[in-house]
Amino acid sequence: MANMRSMGKALVLSVLLAIGVGAARAGEAAPAAADPALEARMLEITAELRCLVCQNQTIADSHADLAVDLRRQVREMLQQGQTDQQVVDYMTARYGDFVLYRPPFKATTALLWIGPGVMAVCGLLLLVLILRRRSRLPDARFEPDAEDADATEQPQAPTH
Amino acid sequence: MKKRLNFLIPLILLLVLVFFLGRGLGLDPHEVPSPLIGKPAPGFALTQLDKPEQVIRRDDMLGKVWMLNVWASWCVACREEHPLLVEFSRQKLLPIYGLNYKDERAAGLQWLGNFGNPYDVSLFDHDGRVGIDFGVYGVPETFIIDKQGVVRFKQIGPVTPEVIADKIAPLVRQLNG
Amino acid sequence: MIPELGHFALWLGLGVALILGVLPMWGAARERADYMGLARPAAYTLAGLVLLAFLCLMQAFIAHDFSVLYVAANSNSLLPIQYCIAGVWGGHEGSLLLWLMMLCIWMVAVARFSRHLPMPVLSRILSVMGLISVGFLLFMLLTSNPFDRLIDVPADGNDLNPLLQDPGMVSHPPMLYMGYVGFSVAFAFAVAALIGGNLDATWARWTRPWTTVAWLFLTIGIALGSSWAYYELGWGGWWFWDPVENASLMPWLLGTALIHSLAVTEKRGSFKSWTVLLAILAFSFSLLGTFLVRSGVLSSVHAFATDPRRGLFILTFLTLVVGASFSLYAWRAPTVGLGARFALISKETALLANNVLFLVAALAVLLGTLYPLLLDALGLGKISVGPPYFDAVFMPLMAPTIFLMGAGPLVRWKQATLPELAVRLRWAAAVTVVASVVTGWLAGQIHVVATCGLLMAFWIFTSVATDLWERIRPDGGGVAVLRSKLKQIPRAMAGMMVAHIGVGVFCIGVVMVKAYEVERDVKMNVGDTTTVRGYTFRFNGVQDREGPNYSAARGELAITRDGQPVTVLHPEKRIYKVQQNPMTEAAISPGLTGDLYVSMGEEVEGGAWIIRVYVKPFVDWIWGGCLLMALGGVLAVSDRRYRRKQGAAV
Repeated sequence: MANMRSMGKALVLSVLLAIGVGAARAGEAAPAAADPALEARMLEITAELRCLVCQNQTIADSHADLAVDLRRQVREMLQQGQTDQQVVDYMTARYGDFVLYRPPFKATTALLWIGPGVMAVCGLLLLVLILRRRSRLPDARFEPDAEDADATEQPQAPTH
Repeated sequence: MKKRLNFLIPLILLLVLVFFLGRGLGLDPHEVPSPLIGKPAPGFALTQLDKPEQVIRRDDMLGKVWMLNVWASWCVACREEHPLLVEFSRQKLLPIYGLNYKDERAAGLQWLGNFGNPYDVSLFDHDGRVGIDFGVYGVPETFIIDKQGVVRFKQIGPVTPEVIADKIAPLVRQLNG
Repeated sequence: MIPELGHFALWLGLGVALILGVLPMWGAARERADYMGLARPAAYTLAGLVLLAFLCLMQAFIAHDFSVLYVAANSNSLLPIQYCIAGVWGGHEGSLLLWLMMLCIWMVAVARFSRHLPMPVLSRILSVMGLISVGFLLFMLLTSNPFDRLIDVPADGNDLNPLLQDPGMVSHPPMLYMGYVGFSVAFAFAVAALIGGNLDATWARWTRPWTTVAWLFLTIGIALGSSWAYYELGWGGWWFWDPVENASLMPWLLGTALIHSLAVTEKRGSFKSWTVLLAILAFSFSLLGTFLVRSGVLSSVHAFATDPRRGLFILTFLTLVVGASFSLYAWRAPTVGLGARFALISKETALLANNVLFLVAALAVLLGTLYPLLLDALGLGKISVGPPYFDAVFMPLMAPTIFLMGAGPLVRWKQATLPELAVRLRWAAAVTVVASVVTGWLAGQIHVVATCGLLMAFWIFTSVATDLWERIRPDGGGVAVLRSKLKQIPRAMAGMMVAHIGVGVFCIGVVMVKAYEVERDVKMNVGDTTTVRGYTFRFNGVQDREGPNYSAARGELAITRDGQPVTVLHPEKRIYKVQQNPMTEAAISPGLTGDLYVSMGEEVEGGAWIIRVYVKPFVDWIWGGCLLMALGGVLAVSDRRYRRKQGAAV
């Protein structure tokens, strides 16, 4: 992979040298963005931001005017050297938490973030507790073993 | 008996859920409230729509209660609210400044010529950056800003007579003392 | 005339549905054979009337009858015929008719394949389904009539949304609806059992095949929707945790829990009240999904354009149906017995732990989907909950679930010990770790997320292999003995293995594409090339092309690898004539180890085009895995125990 890239770069350089300035000849296609690494960073950040004029789309994906403007804004901010967090803060200062697809962890969203984990732990604990309680009940409370419809359903025990 | 109560849990949870879903029917999931309310209006320095050499800054407005109305010649909903604004401007309750958002000077001026000009001054925001700073996402939008330059009210969408009578006029009176 | 006939058929259907909903149920309570005897004929009649209405609407589309409002809103004289047919369910009103149509198909199937059910049970089941159809018929007739006429007939229609003019539209909604409407059968079985008091292992055996078939349709429906989004939307995404997508995932999760729970109840008669609750929940979430998608309370790209009045109707219907079921449950479930005994470490426990995790997963998705609404309703501000949240929460829940998926089949019923289990799984565990690391290394880079996913996938594969090995255990008897041992594996067991392997395949697809996908945006002049992961893409220019109802700019990209031609792709940029909106049609070269995916951006100065090139490793394994899951379901349903002639009715 890395080998391919450096070979590609060498190829581009030699082609440019051979052609000189200004000639539009077929060759290695240029990246669409002026700075692909910055563009990738911009898309990563805007992929977690909500397009406010769309029906549930990210700023990275949307073709809406406002989304195009905001992508341009983020690009400029990144060029000026701002951090990812500064870009996010810029957006929330203007549009509120609504613009974030990753809800911030606050008092109002605590239930959201810890809810699933708590439910899973409580659910499994509850299961264990109920089963423990049942194990202490007398046999009379249970039904007798139904005849197994297929003996082969029972997994085979290893015979070594 | 306690065991019986456990079996009621699904029903209780359902009723709680239905309550919230019912409340949800009256809400608009697309409406984004402004985080700027109670905060200073963003700084700006924009040229006047009809006088490109004249620059208006935010701090020029300190000391007065004023209204900022975001509009554009390409905006269909703005046509709806415009006659109301023209009428409202005649009451001279407060200065009304327009923010011509992502438009062309010629188109904007022509639009005002055709449909009336309620604005003391219209600011020209060609690339929409000041709009972004104000958190504009849909045109038209209207802001009321107080004497200290703090944003006090935002209307998303066209102003209606009810909004003017019930929200804007009383607020302006209150802010003016 | 024909639309009016369809409308009339719906009114008649309402009458029949009311009869179906009331009389057989009454007959079962009072042991009146004549009332119970109405169940089957009423079901068939209702289905016939709904089919008639459906065909009338279809005819209006095919004949381009724009005097019908719904047809004018969703089609056009230039619309190709297959999309005239699919357009029937392209909007809110028509899709309701499809929902009702599916309900009738299931009703007819139950009426037809129920010789073994005692009459009172069948009557109650069909009555419940009849009552559900009453609700949907009322909803359509009172708020969402697809046969409304326009006074001013337009010269031409508005056209079907171009995004829907795709083969996906022909297959995805019908499959999806077959799925989540299908859970109404399990629901009806559950309600019938609670009313009749015959909740036992036999009940579970009756319910199980119906649930499995509904589940497999839903699996296919969701997979179709996902793969459609993948090739249609132009950037290769396949799941967005959009509210409408979540609305179909939640019943799927609960349906999966239900299938596993039914296995316990059928086998051991245990946890009956819990299984019944799951059966009610699965369909309740289907109804909830219907509400979320059509009420306007949530913002979604897929949502139908609706108003709160319709939302109120569905919410009321939902409250009545689910509220009545939960009340019935609270009343009758406490008297249900405990079933057979089992120990803390046992297959029963493993299956129940699986249930808990799937339920929590469904509730987590519900929490995320509804949380913005919750906060807004409490006046606590507006937030958004999107993929970053769901990915962060869902993956960790799936990990223990998948661990159980591997271990569970190897645990004994009734009682097992952990040491014994560990011994049987030690080979699987070792191979899992090694294979995951090796795969990551072969792919070029070891990636944390990918490794976790690979661990899960290989765990499933190796534990299934262990299970299979223990069953066939070659002992030198030759191929014939081996083959007979394989044949002895019950179809339900084989189905389980295939479905579980499908899950593993799915995991591989998901993590490999996430970790090792490459995207490149380039500006290409004619003759330019770009090379991604050894594939060279050469741009050969753009040609204009006219489609039936659109004009397109058709690009050509020739792909080679090591100088050998691989394929030629033709992405397009289309403008649909009626709505004048631009659409990007991506071009994909699918492959077993990955897809090559190309889409066109804009034309820039000098005649060059922005082209987006992707290499997506193993992405088709996502839907291949879903297909395997569905196949497992088919195998399980064909088990001979369901084809066995039943004895005297219980």
